[in-house]
Amino acid sequence: MDGTGILKGLAVTFKRMLDTYIDDFKRGKKRYYTEEGIRYRQSAEVKGIFTVQYPEEKLPVPEEFRFVPFLVYDEGPNGERKDRCTACGICTKVCPAQCIWIKRATNPKTGRPVPRSEEFYIDIDMCMNCGLCAEYCPFDSIKMDHDYELATYDRHKDNILNKERLLKPASYYAQIRPLNYAREEEAKRQAEEAKRKAAEARAKRMAARKKTATPPKKKDNES
Amino acid sequence: MSEQVVATEQDLLLSRFPEVVKPDERKGYDGYIVDSKALLDFAKTLRDDLGYDYLSSVTGVDYLPEGKMEVVYHAYKTTGGAPLVFKVQVPREKPVVPSLVSIYPGADFQEREAWDLLGIKFEGHPNLKRILMWEGFHGHPLRKDWHEPYYEEEHKPYKSRWPEGKAFRAEDRNPFGKNVDYPAGFDPAKWTPDISDALIYEGLGRIEKPHDDLPTEQIIVNLGPQHPSTHGVFRMVVTLDGETIVDLEPVMGYLHRNHEKIGERNTWLMNMPFTDRLDYLSPMSNNFGYALAVEKLLGVKPPERAEYIRVIMAELTRIQNHIFAIGMFLNDMGAFFTPSLYAIEERELILDVFEAVAGSRMMVNYFRFGGVARDIPEDVMQKIHDLAFERLPRRIDELDRYLTNSEIVRARGEGVGVLTAEQAIAYSTAGPVLRASGVPYDVRRAEPYGIYDRFDFDVAVRYHGDVYDRYLIRMDEVRQSIRIIQQALKQIPEGPIMTGKPQYQHRVPPGESYGRVEGPKGELGFYVVSNGKGNPWRYHVRAPSFINLTALAEMAKGHKVADIVVILGSIDIVLGEVDR
Ligand code: SF4
Ligand code: SF4
Repeated sequence: MDGTGILKGLAVTFKRMLDTYIDDFKRGKKRYYTEEGIRYRQSAEVKGIFTVQYPEEKLPVPEEFRFVPFLVYDEGPNGERKDRCTACGICTKVCPAQCIWIKRATNPKTGRPVPRSEEFYIDIDMCMNCGLCAEYCPFDSIKMDHDYELATYDRHKDNILNKERLLKPASYYAQIRPLNYAREEEAKRQAEEAKRKAAEARAKRMAARKKTATPPKKKDNES
Repeated sequence: MSEQVVATEQDLLLSRFPEVVKPDERKGYDGYIVDSKALLDFAKTLRDDLGYDYLSSVTGVDYLPEGKMEVVYHAYKTTGGAPLVFKVQVPREKPVVPSLVSIYPGADFQEREAWDLLGIKFEGHPNLKRILMWEGFHGHPLRKDWHEPYYEEEHKPYKSRWPEGKAFRAEDRNPFGKNVDYPAGFDPAKWTPDISDALIYEGLGRIEKPHDDLPTEQIIVNLGPQHPSTHGVFRMVVTLDGETIVDLEPVMGYLHRNHEKIGERNTWLMNMPFTDRLDYLSPMSNNFGYALAVEKLLGVKPPERAEYIRVIMAELTRIQNHIFAIGMFLNDMGAFFTPSLYAIEERELILDVFEAVAGSRMMVNYFRFGGVARDIPEDVMQKIHDLAFERLPRRIDELDRYLTNSEIVRARGEGVGVLTAEQAIAYSTAGPVLRASGVPYDVRRAEPYGIYDRFDFDVAVRYHGDVYDRYLIRMDEVRQSIRIIQQALKQIPEGPIMTGKPQYQHRVPPGESYGRVEGPKGELGFYVVSNGKGNPWRYHVRAPSFINLTALAEMAKGHKVADIVVILGSIDIVLGEVDR
């Protein structure tokens, strides 16, 4: 108990302080308020000041980062909106907070349900940002957003999102989650391909069968 | 060999307690059913003759259809091995069970919790009052026929969501007023607490206790619920004689949200993100424990790569939890924020990893039954590599130089808040608290789960049982965790990360299961009961932060009031887990 322990400790803090100045000196102005600077300050080799001056500086979020969900729509050739959602209801069933409400559309003539949502609500006050809805949606229609600055003045008015506010174009999705988007598009392309091949094969088989088939008259006797 | 041991154990128990002890023969269940009359003798035999000295978990299950209440006990040997599970069944209308506090003092808070939430009376309990709900609360919320104010349906998913969904707010349907349910004849305006509590509620009461020669008296001081040292909303009612602590009672439940009731409304999968919110400083471990419990029932095993990812994530969690705990503990000591910011810096880097892999820094929701949600991307793997092989070891050494031999840390820590090994075991403390008292008990070694049997690491142990040793042991454990991660990074194979197809509805076979992991705070256990439906019938969390508090009074007695803050800091609690 002669105070050397405390002195050694103080040496550590002193070194940290020096590090800050040395690093500032070495890296100069670009250490702050530049993208490169922010990245460096969050990397494993950083020395000196570590904090990011939010909101002037913002951390880049990784692709998998998730905040409240949004709905994806595809854009048609003339810019029309094609919802991906089929109102299958799986997201409402996996949602732990039970904060998704979907009204399935029906055909006005027959009264039968059609694969489209008429209304779609998410209460983002209740949403726990778990990402399960996005994980289990079979149509890649609901995805987790990157936008985390959601402060509002009136939660009653602003925080239950309806379809209008939930829908965002696929291009936006591709921009925030490029890897996921590419993977899903590739899977879709392959599925299409497989389908097309299967159809072609079937057509070929049919054609082949037609050639070898006996004349139509006899067909009734066949089984 | 072990078969034989089990056989003789069973023979001994059955022959010593004929008629009153029977093996539990329900399908999917395990252990013994003990007649409540024989419970005390049975427990004594377990502890004294069979070596089951550690009563880890006490909880209840409401079997409403059978009209029964069941109390479930999990006892372990501190030398390692599987649990001995025993149960007591009592009629639902009159659930009275003898208290085990006299044999296992660690049952204290857990029995109070079972009384509070399930209404099971423990005869002979020294202080059987509510622990999480307030005294005026009506009913016992974990009973199956108890409904919460916003009750909608017995189980999720609720029918009102699809296909005819129209958004509403639950609170709009329940105008304030109908929301409050008092017992018949209870008027809150006229309510006065009974006298023993009056002292607590008044905040600063006085107890007349004249000294022999000096005309002094004891006073009661409330530390908290709003107090910077309590790490959340937590209260300690301290009886002081001058500056010396004579007695202490922790008061909790301010953050209670009936996690377990929510868990029983949820489907199996839905509980995964909820477990993040227990001990929100170590979400990966929480995920791990719950996944293990359900996987046992489902009978699935994650693929190799997923097992490694799980270990890496769990150990990263331990590191960030421990360095954060050390930083905050130094805050409690008065080293205002320099050490804790050093700790937070490292923690942030680990949370960056979680964010890139799981999508969120704290609410990770990363484990799935039979694997994990996502693979680790290549660049993140590199980052973990850099952290484990370079940065973290260096930074831990720096923290060590900075703090370990500091005269202030030693003066405030050594000999303070001592818990002997016997006490630590008796009070069912777990994790660093238990191991700092000289009991080398670590679930990763005692009953290895996942692939922990493949790694080379030491179970950290220290022998003084004081605050300073609890600090040291966290340093030791961080180093061991780094070792484990280094090995895992070298061994991790390529391959799938999920067994079977991703599923959101699970058909879980009926039965019970207890999954436990060595969380950063101690043994974290999940006791789940399935009745074969889509939701758990019972979902119980053995929360280490909560149970470790059982020993708080024992640690604090005789010390000065200024030491409480340090002692509490050395236990490392998270109120999200204490209050559930
Ligand atoms: S968002 Fe996806 S899961 Fe939800 S209803 Fe639409 S298609 Fe189904
Ligand atoms: S993120 Fe989770 S809580 Fe939010 S809407 Fe999706 S499933 Fe529900």
